[in-house]
Amino acid sequence: MISKEEVKHIAKLARLELTEKEVEKMQKNLSAILDYFNLLKNVPAIKIEKSASGKASAWREDETRPKEAGLAEKLIAAAPDKKDDYIKVKAIL
Amino acid sequence: MNLTELTITQAHNGLKNKEFSSVDLTKTYLGKIKKTDKELNAFLSVTEELALSQAEAADKKINSGNFGELTGIPCAIKDAILVEGQKCTAASKILENYVAPYDATVIQKLKKEGAVILGKTNTDEFTMGSSTENSAFGVTKNPYDKTRVAGGSSGGSAAAVAADEACYALGSDTGGSIRQPASLCGVVGLCPTYGSVSRYGLIAHASSLDQIGPLTKNVEDAKIVFEAISGKDKMDATSTDYKFEEAKVELKGLKIGVPKEYFAKGIDKEVEKIIKNSIKKAQDQGAKIEEISLPSSEYALACYYIIGPAEISANLARFDGIKYGLSVDGKDLLGVYLKSKGHGFGAEVKRRIMIGTYVLSSGYYDAYYKKAQEVRQFIRQDFAKAFEKVDLIFCPVSPFPAFKIGEKADDPISMYLADIYTIPMKLAGLPGLSLPVGKIGELPVGLQIIGNHFQENKILSVASHIEKIR
Repeated sequence: MISKEEVKHIAKLARLELTEKEVEKMQKNLSAILDYFNLLKNVPAIKIEKSASGKASAWREDETRPKEAGLAEKLIAAAPDKKDDYIKVKAIL
Repeated sequence: MNLTELTITQAHNGLKNKEFSSVDLTKTYLGKIKKTDKELNAFLSVTEELALSQAEAADKKINSGNFGELTGIPCAIKDAILVEGQKCTAASKILENYVAPYDATVIQKLKKEGAVILGKTNTDEFTMGSSTENSAFGVTKNPYDKTRVAGGSSGGSAAAVAADEACYALGSDTGGSIRQPASLCGVVGLCPTYGSVSRYGLIAHASSLDQIGPLTKNVEDAKIVFEAISGKDKMDATSTDYKFEEAKVELKGLKIGVPKEYFAKGIDKEVEKIIKNSIKKAQDQGAKIEEISLPSSEYALACYYIIGPAEISANLARFDGIKYGLSVDGKDLLGVYLKSKGHGFGAEVKRRIMIGTYVLSSGYYDAYYKKAQEVRQFIRQDFAKAFEKVDLIFCPVSPFPAFKIGEKADDPISMYLADIYTIPMKLAGLPGLSLPVGKIGELPVGLQIIGNHFQENKILSVASHIEKIR
């Protein structure tokens, strides 16, 4: 069973606010799920053939892609807090 | 003639022969949605204005004589796929008022074909779930039994097609989200090979697994929609230069593999009977049935619930209350992040973000994430070996038919087990189709046909034979 403190630590890493009740439920659920993952300890040692791995990384030219006029405005319009063409963010320092 | 019961091909012929117009067809569907969807809840939003303007444009196109099979045919789109100017919520409170600023590539392609978009369909929040019970906007009911789920996550799309509220629909599949609801609602659902359909404009769940595909009334329709939406897209680096080519594969001499692990335990006896009966019918037509073994199968679910959440924890970090979506004020920037996510996300999404963050966190990475990546290779290798011996794999889609609403809602692991047969091939990036082949009482059961990479043509051809003899 993972501890409440661990749950709170992970939630902080994930930038997720959890209520006390959620922390309790998460502790139970996460523990059960992590227990289930123990199954992977039984995976036999297998030799992975190179060909079995996925597709190689794909490369592309770093080029500008023309977009329709007005897309930038639409993207800015979606921001919850803005001033003129700027998205407002709380001061960090 | 009941217009909403027509397949794409039948509706296309009707439009071609001027038996009805696309506006007639569209209005009939909109009327049907108004009548039946209050109870079913397959749609999160109905895009009536868009649909009618597209139908009018389609009628002009039809009158000009230059039109395709999808022109003027009304469809439904899973609410995780962006349609410009329309709300796209991913069934989450965090995106409740989000309006899509552009079209997904699949939508651009459908619009070019002259498609009519009726609305956006329900899903589990951010497509995470197997029943649409995780939707922030209520569960979609199964058209065959309204006390039961339609499956998920593309449950709205499956129910809409099954209840004749759309001629076809698009869904997305990360661990079974097209095939499982298709099976539970008795429609055809195709999860294409990873890379054959562009993911651009699909709200990300787990990027190494997500794939868009069709839910349709029959196999022919699935082929038509798949052909229209597939192909390379420079906006999705993982999309592949792929062109669908029809294949004519006969059942006679076809080598069908049946994985013994898929019938070992946990499968409903009636489901097993229906699937085995279907396999027997293929054998009677001359197919060679071979029992195969996929020893990696028992590890697939654990592997998926590490890799999926790991990718989720990264992908959903973007919902920070700053760029778009719900924003809840906090005392500082961190407070905005914490509160926006805390208020905006539902229980299952939070759970998966937590699992993902945990397995990627310092000290646990090797034991979980790295291990899961190795298991994923093991799974790929297993399937690669199987396809050296057989042409296609036949197995169940879901271990059980549609379950009762609420039955599994409080137990995440028992819900995760709903995808036990759809997850393994997903981790190998393979294509699979769910074909309705029988019923337990009123409840439909789907057969899963899995092919090697980019062999959708083989799957579709064989599925169309099985469709005739089921």
